[in-house]
Amino acid sequence: MAAVYMSANRSENAFSTVDLVPEWAQEEVSTGTTIMAVEFEGGVVIGADSRTTTGAYIANRVTDKLTPIHDRIFCCRSGSAADTQAVADIVTYQLGFHSIELDEPPLVQTAANLFKQTCYRYREELMAGIIVAGWDKRRGGQEHCLTGELLCAMNEELMDSFLKELPTGIKVYTVPMGGMIVRQPVSVGGSGSSYIYGFMDSNYKPGMTKEECLHFCTQALALAMERDGSSGGVARLAAITEEGLERRVVLGNQLPKFSNA
Amino acid sequence: MTTSTRQPRIKILINSGMALSNVLEIPTGFNFENVARNVALEALLEGGQTKTPKPMKTGTTIAGLVCKEGVVLGADTRATSGEVVADKMCAKIHYISPNIYCCGAGTAADTEKTTDLLSSNLTIFSMNSGRNPRVVMAVNILQDMLFRYRGQIGASLILGGVDCNGNHLYTVGPYGSIDNVPYLAMGSGDLAALGILEDRFKPNMEMEEAKELVRDAIHSGIMSDLGSGNNIDICVISKQGVDYIRPYQESEYKDKRQKRYKYGPGTTSILTEKIVPLELEVVQETVQRMDTA
Repeated sequence: MAAVYMSANRSENAFSTVDLVPEWAQEEVSTGTTIMAVEFEGGVVIGADSRTTTGAYIANRVTDKLTPIHDRIFCCRSGSAADTQAVADIVTYQLGFHSIELDEPPLVQTAANLFKQTCYRYREELMAGIIVAGWDKRRGGQEHCLTGELLCAMNEELMDSFLKELPTGIKVYTVPMGGMIVRQPVSVGGSGSSYIYGFMDSNYKPGMTKEECLHFCTQALALAMERDGSSGGVARLAAITEEGLERRVVLGNQLPKFSNA
Repeated sequence: MTTSTRQPRIKILINSGMALSNVLEIPTGFNFENVARNVALEALLEGGQTKTPKPMKTGTTIAGLVCKEGVVLGADTRATSGEVVADKMCAKIHYISPNIYCCGAGTAADTEKTTDLLSSNLTIFSMNSGRNPRVVMAVNILQDMLFRYRGQIGASLILGGVDCNGNHLYTVGPYGSIDNVPYLAMGSGDLAALGILEDRFKPNMEMEEAKELVRDAIHSGIMSDLGSGNNIDICVISKQGVDYIRPYQESEYKDKRQKRYKYGPGTTSILTEKIVPLELEVVQETVQRMDTA
């Protein structure tokens, strides 16, 4: 019968333009964001800002972008709020199932690969940048950084053989691919990350303690939130170690100030 | 021995000359056939005087907040279709379950049907499990559905409810994102309402104070936004039960009807009457016995 008319353009949906709903409210909800994760001996510190925007309007100024995937594995979400929440839900389910089958806590690498599978397969439809970080008993603290938007393919076998050659404990990845998965000691993500690459490169030192890492994260987030319009609110931090999870919130007025203005 | 009345079910296929003897197979999911028709109609009417009617949207101000004893939801009652007020007494606070209510902003039909669907599903769940549904369950079902339809369902919802885990307030966006916050406003008047809420919200407010705050928030939305207006509805959900106050406050700008618009029988005179019997012939008759004991 009649052909089905579906708009492929994300912004054309049930809302019509001539309307009492303002332009900025018709945009999709996006976590503008600054997210980051830092490894230390025995664990990982993750941090994020707390701003979710629809266009120019802040839909939620106290968002929690640090989402638990498993007991000791977290993910930091950036990109479209709906997409990242959905992907995180999917991976939580898959990882939970996998962990029950294995009858032991899952590896962070497994979680990161599950994210990669979903993000890569649906990369045309999704807008999701995710940092997966946590603690597992094989490699201790570690994190993986994912971007779901580039267009290269990944050779699984090559990566596996490359990994096997690395002794455990070394936190270096040099595989640039997309829907990609890279393991790094520090990583930042989101729109605010552009402003703190310099800070990160110059201030990160391997072998920091948990407190030093938390301090480093707070400073980096404060700098990014200062410069990036899509990041702001409070700074949420979490430290994941074998013993458990420690969450912290640094309120807006308690953030370190870097300028005299 | 009980005498069961066996009600035979008779299926008669009527050949009435119209091509409707086969029941159409309805495909699952949304049916977008009317979209093509609308596009064609618009093309026809383009340049002419008439315009296709716009879908009815709840321009809207809706707000909610969590207080000490429960959750207070508020909404205005104006539904607009383009620049015309289509419904002055629209009910935007929808029933989901005895302990959960949902305010809807966006396309009126979408919010209506989505909340209906959710309510039905949760009722079935309640009957199956014997429990009152939890707010997170409602939120998850909504999120699944809206994400699956990728923003095509224009429904921004505020869900509030009280369950065994406490008092909850969630918002679900049209693309399927959720936020859990202590106070919220959505719709075209949300900026105005949020201003009031940001200024005066305190955690663990008393019930009366909370109702006044929500009323003030909706009122400021009505005053500052063209898409919101008329009366204010308030819904208070607590452990003891639900108080759906409709309207909580009537609009100050009500109009008086100038005349009576009801017409008694005999107003229209009948000029001619022609009765044409419909020729029907029974094509097939099947009897299926149903045991309705």
